[in-house]
Amino acid sequence: MAGGAATGGSAAADTYKSARHWLLLPSWLVLVLVVLAPVCMMLIYSFLTKEFRGGVIWEPTLAAYDQFFFDRGLFGDDPPKIEWTYITIFWRSIWQAGLATILSLIIGFPTAYFIATRPERTRALWVFLVTIPYWVNLLIRTVSMKFLLRDQGPMNDFLISTGLIDDPLRIVNTNLAVQLGLFYSYLPFMVLPIYASVERYNFAMSEAAADLYATKWTTLRRIVLPAVKPGVIAGCILVFVPSLGAFLAPDLLGGAKNFMIGSLIEEQFKGNAGNWPFGAAAAMVLLTMVLILLMIFARQQRRAEASP
Amino acid sequence: MTENTQIAVDVRDAIKRYGDFTALHRISLGIRDNEFFTLLGPSGCGKTTLLRMIAGFEDVTEGAIFLYGEEIEDLPPHQRPVNTVFQNYALFPHMSVLENVSFGLEMRGASKADARTRAGEMLELVQLTQFASRKPSQLSGGQQQRVALARALAPSPKVLLLDEPLSALDLKLRKAMQIELKHIQRETGITFIFVTHDQEEALTMSDRIAVMSAGEMQQLGDPRDIYETPRNMFVADFIGDTNLLDVSVEGIAAGRATCKLSGGHRLTCDAVDGVNAGAKVHLSVRPERLFLSDQPTAAESLQGTVVENIFIGTDISTIVDVPGGQHFTVRTSNSDRGNKRILDPGTTAYVNMEPGAARLLVD
Ligand SMILES: Nc1ncnc2c1ncn2[C@@H]1O[C@H](COP(=O)(O)OP(=O)(O)O)[C@@H](O)[C@H]1O
Ligand SMILES: [Mg+2]
Repeated sequence: MAGGAATGGSAAADTYKSARHWLLLPSWLVLVLVVLAPVCMMLIYSFLTKEFRGGVIWEPTLAAYDQFFFDRGLFGDDPPKIEWTYITIFWRSIWQAGLATILSLIIGFPTAYFIATRPERTRALWVFLVTIPYWVNLLIRTVSMKFLLRDQGPMNDFLISTGLIDDPLRIVNTNLAVQLGLFYSYLPFMVLPIYASVERYNFAMSEAAADLYATKWTTLRRIVLPAVKPGVIAGCILVFVPSLGAFLAPDLLGGAKNFMIGSLIEEQFKGNAGNWPFGAAAAMVLLTMVLILLMIFARQQRRAEASP
Repeated sequence: MTENTQIAVDVRDAIKRYGDFTALHRISLGIRDNEFFTLLGPSGCGKTTLLRMIAGFEDVTEGAIFLYGEEIEDLPPHQRPVNTVFQNYALFPHMSVLENVSFGLEMRGASKADARTRAGEMLELVQLTQFASRKPSQLSGGQQQRVALARALAPSPKVLLLDEPLSALDLKLRKAMQIELKHIQRETGITFIFVTHDQEEALTMSDRIAVMSAGEMQQLGDPRDIYETPRNMFVADFIGDTNLLDVSVEGIAAGRATCKLSGGHRLTCDAVDGVNAGAKVHLSVRPERLFLSDQPTAAESLQGTVVENIFIGTDISTIVDVPGGQHFTVRTSNSDRGNKRILDPGTTAYVNMEPGAARLLVD
């Protein structure tokens, strides 16, 4: 915004200032209503007592967090031990989401680079092609993926018919299936921001590097990557964060063994077995973790930028 | 070309096509070791294309390029011992000035410490030592230009390619950089191939100039040759100011051609290859090689009328109409005013040529 216009104390500047407040109101409303309010509700619910058929009783308690972190035996009167069940699920989720992010980066970066280096008039078409599958509902895509990867599915049939393998690859119900599912679900979130930053990259710099005896690989590492880093970081965040909370891919492709946070939280709000305060507490732990990760990241960014 | 001068870059019958557009038509050039060589021509004539072919960024459609006798047109850019100063500098924005300059040295395998030392020396050469730790975005255009130069010079290339490196600078800075570049070229002994569309810059700086137009080489020679004996209409017109006269060649005898102007006046000048009796061609006469008088000084003096005197600092430019619908521009140096006449508009004047001033042009 033209911040310079707000300096000085003239009447015009005052009018401008108050107009700006009013004009910003809609964005504030959106932020409060759809971001802040739900998070506050969740925070409050996580400190309430559970009702057995779902819902909450308005009595403050730390029970939900206690259940998340501590094991007090079957009847709740043993001395507290650390409860590893949920921490393990969280750890596995981070791991799965991290691997899915790396996979997306490995496939997404060359894809984005490829698109950004096509002639200008064909780029929009390539972007469109990348996003086509995402016009289909995520559930349907994930189910189709399961169908493709099944032991008797088209992929295995094809591999066996070409003689590459004799027995079907067992992929469904493994971590790999979950990673593939997550990767496929969020790939465009990796491709699009990277594409945007590669498109803005000045390729004369690559020529300058080649001119100064850098190989293609060195040029990529020392010149291109630093220049497009903001896009890569945005892509990684946009894939990692939703992967961490995803429940469709782990449910459908991972089976019971490969349970992730998203499924854990989802179950607490579904049907009669649910425990709303516990679900809310787990969601708060997830949110806190994501925020901490993002903050560490932002700080490192700032430090890298400050150093010469 | 003398036999004992070594050829640094030898372009042989190079053709460049983009689809069915031909950007360069069979160019052949020998650029000598240690020389300041300039490719001069209007925008779009193919200078950058030729330079990029030498650097390795464009492939050669047909023909060959040799660098000190080694055929290089199939080598990738990072294997060619030439460096480029890019038109828009293409500095690495995330690296400091010092890191930019040491990049090429590190890529050639120098240790980090050695690279930094040598880069420091280069910054000294371009007088930027105190800016070593700045980012390129914190420098002025002229300073960025020097960084680009230092970065390209640091790995001691055999040949330095410069694509209009001064075009983004203002006039005063440009003049200063012209002198500095020339000085650096002498000091380092590196062969410079310099691209410009500015004929004055080319004349000032170069040992030799190749004048190009529309993808074709028009003339190759030292600045004096190009200026004083332009081979064709394009070169005469593009380099400096000149009077171009429509003439028909009436006869050639003993190396002299007799030419008739459209007003019926006759002039004699040196004959050139490719212009025969009967041809309708052009004659070029530089304005500073003409002088005015109020009485004819020779048989060939042309009578005319002064139209205007224009003051242009060091000189005065006088426009004289002659019969036959042609006019002459005559340039008189301000320091010469005592000897040569400045005549008022409307008065009758005689236009006189110094011997050898008129030059016949091929087409
Ligand atoms: N990549 C390209 N594709 C098609 N035509 C090109 C390309 N690069 C340059 N040209 C054409 O080649 C001609 C010469 O260009 P260039 O070498 O850049 O000229 P200069 O540097 O003398 O101004 C121009 O007509 C230009 O349009
Ligand atoms: Mg150019």
